[in-house]
Amino acid sequence: MTDVTLAPAAAASRRNWSHFALRWTLFTLLGLFALFYLMPLFVMITTSLKSLEEIRTGSLIAFPREVTFDAWRTAWSEACTGIQCEGLRPFFWNSVVIAVPAVAISTMLGAANGYVIAQWRFRGANLIFSLMLFGCFIPFQVVLLPMARMLGLMGLAGSIPGLIFVHVIYGIGFTTLFFRNFYVTIPQDLVKAAKVDGAGFFRIFWSIFLPLSLPIIVVTVIWQFTQIWNDFLFGVSFSQAGTQPVTVALNNIVNSTTGVKEYNVDMAAAIIAALPTLLVYAVAGKYFIRGLTAGSVKG
Amino acid sequence: MTEWLERHIPKMVLAPSFIAVLVFVYGFIAWTAWVSLTRSRLLPKYEIDGLIQYERLFNAPRWDTAMSNLFVFGTLFILISMVLGLMLAILLDQKIRTEGVLRTIYLYPMALSLIVTGTAWKWIMNPGLGLEAMVRGWGFDSFTFDWVINPDKAIYAVVIAGVWQASGFVMALFLAGLRGVDGEIIKAAQVDGIPTWRIYTAIIIPSMAPIFLSAFIVLAHLAIKSFDLVIALTGGGPGYATDLPATYMYTMAFSRGDIGQAASSAMVMMGVVFAIIVPYLYSELRAKHD
Repeated sequence: MTDVTLAPAAAASRRNWSHFALRWTLFTLLGLFALFYLMPLFVMITTSLKSLEEIRTGSLIAFPREVTFDAWRTAWSEACTGIQCEGLRPFFWNSVVIAVPAVAISTMLGAANGYVIAQWRFRGANLIFSLMLFGCFIPFQVVLLPMARMLGLMGLAGSIPGLIFVHVIYGIGFTTLFFRNFYVTIPQDLVKAAKVDGAGFFRIFWSIFLPLSLPIIVVTVIWQFTQIWNDFLFGVSFSQAGTQPVTVALNNIVNSTTGVKEYNVDMAAAIIAALPTLLVYAVAGKYFIRGLTAGSVKG
Repeated sequence: MTEWLERHIPKMVLAPSFIAVLVFVYGFIAWTAWVSLTRSRLLPKYEIDGLIQYERLFNAPRWDTAMSNLFVFGTLFILISMVLGLMLAILLDQKIRTEGVLRTIYLYPMALSLIVTGTAWKWIMNPGLGLEAMVRGWGFDSFTFDWVINPDKAIYAVVIAGVWQASGFVMALFLAGLRGVDGEIIKAAQVDGIPTWRIYTAIIIPSMAPIFLSAFIVLAHLAIKSFDLVIALTGGGPGYATDLPATYMYTMAFSRGDIGQAASSAMVMMGVVFAIIVPYLYSELRAKHD
């Protein structure tokens, strides 16, 4: 009798045990991967807090014995980005001055375009949308040369307004895509009803569509900000000594060949350049992910 | 008049953007295509002279290196990111309480500039002071990890950094896909006593085929456009061992002053992108119309 009652219990405990082992393996794997993704950030932070002496003698992953913020100060206001030695600070502000208007303008244009394409269909609207969408996917190398000449003709070569212009132009495709895909889910009867009530194109946009748009505005702003802040190709191609964005300045600091290599300064500079987008990610990660997956997951 | 205005306002709102795209995307592509058929060097010339630039391009050993690097980098980058991303998504899909935190950790590299990623990994892979020195410090004196400065291995260093940056994104795509699989089918399979791994390989993964395609498209696109990462990590070197088409184009355009080569290499890049994207966009747009 005892056998009969014990057998299921033993099986259950064996099952429990294998369940436990599985969970344990699962968590170990997940933890190891978390370490893999966190390691570079950890190394960047600890290296930036060490003195050069400690970097030379200590281990890559050791905590700093003596925490010093010298490297941060140097990276922010003294490091050389070529002949200029003012640190990242002026270039950080360049990036802000480029990103803020470029994000604002491209988002507004995207909202207007998306509204028209999704709700005010006319013959050819779909073709226009396809053509704009296509523009998102071109490798920008194919427009670098003519754009450099065009900026020269417009008198914007090497200037910050020139970079704003470029980012707006090549951001329109994505912002239009985001808003169009959002507005297309809003029933067209809404516009019809509002038209019957005598509301016009702009009125309907202002009082019906814009109030609904907060989530997609957040997604678009975050997407555009991340793209423009992290841009390097346009920044390096269309800027000159005083107008470079922070990514270009960071690269210049890291790859400058003169003097002693200050790895702690490199790391502090890299973190400074990364902080704005990391902050956005930490605060609004959900919307960041939505933007990333918006173009690539159907529906 | 007002009625006419009312009817045409939508078109007028769309017009500036549309014209901008026509000029700055399609017009510029046409310009580059045209110049790629001329003998332009430091300054553009506009007399068409056949395929001379493409001939020069395909005979340049440096372009050859760039294309085979793109092939090696692209294949490994896409493959490893996909496998890692899928694996992470499946691991995270096991009703983990800390899923939110882990997802955040796996995905944050995607928020970073590739210049930052390149800078960080350049330091980590620094042979004298980075991982190599660390492992040697543990007593493994003959341990070598000099990929960033080794011409034969440097492209694999770029793969490591690229995978670190993009695999979390692939995970997010797959995780969204896993969540979209019909729960009833899985439950039914479980009731039938089908082991979990079989459920994944026979039901869940095949049903995510569109997501594999999306992930492939996005990753391929990233790989072809890769520029920042190489510049920050290896500068295209040692020598031009890690040159990619994007860095080749940039060098020709802005340091060598060889506009003809820059234009023709850009056109080849666009050809590669379109060969991948066009069938995809076409099927997407058609599916939406049906």
